[in-house]
Amino acid sequence: MNAVHKKRLIIVIVGVAVFSAAAALVLYALNENINLFYSPTQVAEGEAPVNKRIRVGGMVAEGSVEREPDSLKIQFTVTDYENSLIVHYDRVLPDLFREGQGIVATGKLDDKGRFQASEVLAKHDENYMPPEVSDMLKKQGANASEAAPKL
Amino acid sequence: MNSKRLRLFLPLIGFVVVCGFLYRGLMLEPSKLPSALVGKAFPEFSMPGLKQGQQLDQSMLIGQVALVNVWATWCPSCRAEHRFLNQIAEQFDMPIYGLNYKDDRGKAVQWLARLGNPYRFSVFDEEGSLGIDLGVYGAPETFVIDHNGMIRYKHVGVVDMQVWRELLLPLVEELQLAADQKVIQ
Amino acid sequence: MIPEIGHFALILSFCFSIALGVLPMLGVYQKNTLLIWLAGPLVAAQLVFIAISFALLTWSFAVDDFSVIYVASNSNRALPMVYKVTAVWGAHEGSLLLWVLILSGWAFAVGYFSRNLPNDIRAMVLSIMGLVSVGFQLFLLYSSNPFLRFLPDFPLDGNDLNPLLQDFGLIVHPPMLYAGYVGFSVAFSFAIAALLSGRLDASWARWSRPWTNIAWVFLTLGITLGSWWAYYELGWGGWWFWDPVENASLMPWLVGTALLHSLAVTEKRGAFKSWTVLLAISAFSLSLLGTFLVRSGVLTSVHAFAVDPERGMFILVFLAVVIGTSLIIYAVRAPTVKSYAVFELFSRETLLLLNNVLLIVATMTVLLGTFYPLIYEATTGGKISVGPPYFNLIFAPLILLVLPLMTLVPQIFWKRSPTTDLIKKNIIPLLCSFILCAGLWISSDLEATNELNIQIILAVLFATWLFIALIKDLVGKLVSYKKAHQGSVFDGIRSLTLGYYGMLLAHAGIAICVIGVAVVSVYSVDKDLRLAPGDLVEMGGYQFEFKGLSQTKQANYTALTANIEVTNEAGERWIMKPEKRTYPVRQSQMTEAAIDAGFFRDLYLALGEPLTKGAWSVRIQVKPLVRWLWLGGLLMAFGGFIATLDRRYRAKKVTASGVGI
Repeated sequence: MNAVHKKRLIIVIVGVAVFSAAAALVLYALNENINLFYSPTQVAEGEAPVNKRIRVGGMVAEGSVEREPDSLKIQFTVTDYENSLIVHYDRVLPDLFREGQGIVATGKLDDKGRFQASEVLAKHDENYMPPEVSDMLKKQGANASEAAPKL
Repeated sequence: MNSKRLRLFLPLIGFVVVCGFLYRGLMLEPSKLPSALVGKAFPEFSMPGLKQGQQLDQSMLIGQVALVNVWATWCPSCRAEHRFLNQIAEQFDMPIYGLNYKDDRGKAVQWLARLGNPYRFSVFDEEGSLGIDLGVYGAPETFVIDHNGMIRYKHVGVVDMQVWRELLLPLVEELQLAADQKVIQ
Repeated sequence: MIPEIGHFALILSFCFSIALGVLPMLGVYQKNTLLIWLAGPLVAAQLVFIAISFALLTWSFAVDDFSVIYVASNSNRALPMVYKVTAVWGAHEGSLLLWVLILSGWAFAVGYFSRNLPNDIRAMVLSIMGLVSVGFQLFLLYSSNPFLRFLPDFPLDGNDLNPLLQDFGLIVHPPMLYAGYVGFSVAFSFAIAALLSGRLDASWARWSRPWTNIAWVFLTLGITLGSWWAYYELGWGGWWFWDPVENASLMPWLVGTALLHSLAVTEKRGAFKSWTVLLAISAFSLSLLGTFLVRSGVLTSVHAFAVDPERGMFILVFLAVVIGTSLIIYAVRAPTVKSYAVFELFSRETLLLLNNVLLIVATMTVLLGTFYPLIYEATTGGKISVGPPYFNLIFAPLILLVLPLMTLVPQIFWKRSPTTDLIKKNIIPLLCSFILCAGLWISSDLEATNELNIQIILAVLFATWLFIALIKDLVGKLVSYKKAHQGSVFDGIRSLTLGYYGMLLAHAGIAICVIGVAVVSVYSVDKDLRLAPGDLVEMGGYQFEFKGLSQTKQANYTALTANIEVTNEAGERWIMKPEKRTYPVRQSQMTEAAIDAGFFRDLYLALGEPLTKGAWSVRIQVKPLVRWLWLGGLLMAFGGFIATLDRRYRAKKVTASGVGI
């Protein structure tokens, strides 16, 4: 093995090591951080895991929003017109959150079948919207990328 | 060709794979929101019509294969859609019902007077409650209902001539045929 | 009439682009000097007509011509004039027109500034840019024409511009970003021309470098401004969201950064040629891919209404043609490109290669994270999202590897380098940064930290090390100049190249940016509170008192303003006014945050929704060093700009090739 070959070998080994370390990290990270989407019906049928970060989506049922008088705690019902799910939340809601609006919430399902949301995104029911804007709205929490929750 | 040359094709192969997924992504049709209501009866309602003094309910939709179109004056896409609806109403023997969604009655009446009225009648859903029962996301949306008042299809977005000819018309004709056969039997 | 003339100008420009894409290229292969010469005039004509088209669309906005569908959907009589003008690129069609305008501008600039290039190379580059332009103009004319009219009857007033876009951010952010994306088309065209002509040498790299630099500068500025804009406009204090559109701009940036460095190696050492060419193709390909992602709705799938499958299909076909063809050209022609450079394992070349590998790994990670929902849905049918933690988890270690490399690369030599020197050179900077970090850590309020982990500590440590090493390097160079030449310090400063200063600034920018990110993610305080008039809260060393609300009416919106009095530890008081705005035309609401900006910390107040008994939900945030991340971005861009001005790019007429005169 001459010097050139040795050098090449080292470069290849280092390259392969970096790539495989990255690949392993990526697989791990992906596995940990994908949030599956469930509809209230899927949750009702017991398909959604308990105490694991998931996302649920549907319409906020009319008249279901209840606030605690002295805190930010709020609860509302999300429905897909077949089943519904109670969502608890205690942060500031997005501008477009309204009853009768579609929302997507990220959070965990607790043992009692309630959904503890850590983030609520409201969907926009405007008519025409350029993609850049819909994207900006999404960041603002006014939109949901995965939009089409399966109703 | 040696292995070194073959290696140069790797980026191309990677790109072809990415393209394949992008194509699948497009084909998944993000605009298709399957409604939980497809295959179910049109929800019950009792509401005023857009015309002053008119009172409407779901029974008035039953009898013929029809389109129910969700529209509003605040929606520019609806304006684009309107002339197609006028054409469809003119050329085909099939009722189109309107659902005037979260709108202002005065503006809506004016709009129909100005642009023409393709609807047999329009339900005036000021609060959007029927829209909620229907799972409406926005306007325009169009439902195909059969002669029994069952929802058969939901289209999100503008119905133009292409959508009408390629998507809705075949379905409508099929449903009409089925309805006729029932009558004969 | 005006919109029709605009439309006609667009068609004319399209015709000139076709001619530009075909004739000069033909001329190169047939050695026809007339056809080659045509590249110049055609590039000018293309620019003139696309500019006319753009100007006329702007005119239609300015005079409220609501018979034009695009104007009616995105403007309104009550809109202030400045927003009427910027609304031109507020939506799909107009922004695409801007894209083509910028592309033509770049092509013209290449034609103008590259007169010293061999004529055939220049003609080829311009031809390739013309072909790219043809694709985009076809897209405009075929499915995104901004000049379509509502006929016969049109609305009396428009639908208004989205309130989010009624802002300074919109004026500058998209054009910068587009200039960056499109700018990579120059490096791309140079690369393809080099592959086709087989002339891939040091001078090729030297011609490509300033163009790549400038494109990178624009992209850096665009991303920085975008992040800043999201921070102050979206209302929730976030500055990076890892969403598909941001990722679409980050990927070409990462590859572009790799390209900059790889081009340097190719120019100086003649190594990595094939790799550099592949990076040049990739940088532009990823820009196009970004466009596809943003506009096809494949990933931001909600917007059923904005999504036009026909448009998506068009861009996909366009992507396949452009990227596919160039990768085929690459695969077929790259074997003719040989690198003969010899270098040792421990040399600047190897470390730069390693840095390239890391940047590519980063890009692939972002690509995978962005596309994973699509792959998942295509293979299993389930819907998922990939959360920000995925990206953070990957990026933190990558940054930790990149930072030391950035410190070491300028210290070692091309070809081969002794290792003994390095320890001596770095012991002081490392010690300094270590003491500095320890001091900061001890003096900081540990209870306020969110999650101080080893990665964050190392990131700050490495970033300070990088920063100090850069200063030491500069000082060392000046001192040795003085020793050697007995000149003044000023002479010493002048003796160093602009390329060197550019490198210093850009790398210092990275260090500052990393420190900002690390500190703000650990030391931020962020709370959602219920505040009634008269309520007082204390957070992060500040007192916030909710004084009350007032209502004001503006031309195109009404605002509800909260008055919140802030008191700092020194007892100084001032009022901050977060707003909730309602825009009647679109019936939409917007949160307008109040930001008290500072070099060391930002106070960020956003008004949520009304609760019972006159109380409101309010989000209060104290964000230390948040400004540093944009400051770092600006510094990087400035460094890139300075480096572009380096004397050696202002090359004389190339005579070696024998073609150019």
